[in-house]
Amino acid sequence: MAKMKALVCRECGKEYPTKAIHVCDMCFGPLEVKYNYEEIKKTISRRKIEDGPLSMWRYIDLLPVEGAATVGPHAGFTPMVRARNLAAYLGLDELYLKNDTVNHPTLSFKDRVVAVALTRARELGFETVACASTGNLANSVAAHAAAAGMQCYVFIPGDLEAAKVLGNLIYRPTVVEVEGNYDDVNRLCSEIAAEHHWAFVNINIRPYYAEGSKTLAYETVEQLGWRAPDQVVVPMASGSLLTKIWKGLNELRALGLVSEVRTRINGAQAEGCSPIAAAYMEGRDFFRPVKPKTIAKSLAIGNPADGYYALKATAESRGAMDMVSDDEVVEGIKLLAQTEGIFAETAGGVTIGVLRKLVKQGIIKKSDVTVAYITGNGLKTQEAVIDAVGRPVRIQPSLVSFERTFKMGTTGGGIT
Amino acid sequence: MIKVRIPTPLRPLTRGQGEVEAKGASVAEVIANLDSIHPGLKQRLYDETGELRRFVNIYVNEEDIRFLKGKETALKEGDEVSIVPAIAGGR
Repeated sequence: MAKMKALVCRECGKEYPTKAIHVCDMCFGPLEVKYNYEEIKKTISRRKIEDGPLSMWRYIDLLPVEGAATVGPHAGFTPMVRARNLAAYLGLDELYLKNDTVNHPTLSFKDRVVAVALTRARELGFETVACASTGNLANSVAAHAAAAGMQCYVFIPGDLEAAKVLGNLIYRPTVVEVEGNYDDVNRLCSEIAAEHHWAFVNINIRPYYAEGSKTLAYETVEQLGWRAPDQVVVPMASGSLLTKIWKGLNELRALGLVSEVRTRINGAQAEGCSPIAAAYMEGRDFFRPVKPKTIAKSLAIGNPADGYYALKATAESRGAMDMVSDDEVVEGIKLLAQTEGIFAETAGGVTIGVLRKLVKQGIIKKSDVTVAYITGNGLKTQEAVIDAVGRPVRIQPSLVSFERTFKMGTTGGGIT
Repeated sequence: MIKVRIPTPLRPLTRGQGEVEAKGASVAEVIANLDSIHPGLKQRLYDETGELRRFVNIYVNEEDIRFLKGKETALKEGDEVSIVPAIAGGR
């Protein structure tokens, strides 16, 4: 029997066939994959997962595809780094970083969702894939489409970081730069998706695509020795990642793969675009859309599709949300790099900044086993830190020049 | 007249048309007028309390009406209204 039963509306519960659709005809609520957990439970086990491939596809039993992975076979199963230096700095006993800055092939967690989306798009017979993106998603869709031999259109806002624009062009998709912000791009793509028979990974393929994020929760539990952490800190743009991490943890518990889940799900945003965190902090269960203005461009979604559900997941898990300023984002990036040797993009700076705040406020306690999700690579957002990292020490190619500059006894690198 | 773009799920109510015209000085009036021409449309956009459903997004000339005056946003001749269900997205 198939592991996918149907698509189901998250608002009214109406069921649909597992096609390329994402909206409920009746109430416009988003659709989600409904699984046949009874069947899955019969075959899944820790042993079977541990014997699987060293990628996120070791959890294929819980991913919305019918056959094998045909696109993105190497995505996921990134390092879980025990962050001893950062933990000591913050005053935590046990801190881990789920390091998706080295995800394959485009260095962000988006490789997970795209592997699922394109595998599913192929199963549904699509030859053209597309996406609306703040950068990382476009990079991943473009790379995977090239490898899969699919036609590709990516739509991006007009103000992206240079590396993220180049990181599309190199794979030779059609790159459409839209004069507007991400929310404009997204709205436009929703309208284009209605007129063209393309697989828009985060629109009509979204019910499948979004499920790929669950693998971050599965890997977290497995890499911690089959235990769920006490606290997680997750960056939020649309809010989808946070809701899927919560879902993934609950699935593992329901399937008996982990005995208990008491994880608090904490959400992180940048002040310049914090519709979800602001709603949490003001005690609202709905968000007000905003016009983004932050260096954390990968999180700059002013009208977050899953904002409502992210608030719900945080409330259910008794977690918290908070926000940080652009300066704190830069500080967070530097702190992570200088304590753990991991160069994260701005979203990582947001996560570390909020982690720091939550520890300071006593919301995350010293003894809590904590996991922070580092979802993208710093080499893609160099503009954000270029004025904050100092410069090299310049000398003549002579020993005299070296000695004069460093005056024996001094050690170490650049002037900061 | 105001031009209104209709999303796929509502097109069965507009005999398949993706773009229709309606009269009204505000978004709410246009929706009421549309409902008189294409019965059932209003019920699909509003919840039981008479508010726009959570996952309905309406734009006037590309601007989200939540940045304007919601469904009371004023309209004038030549304005374009776009109804987009469940804005998806995610980076």
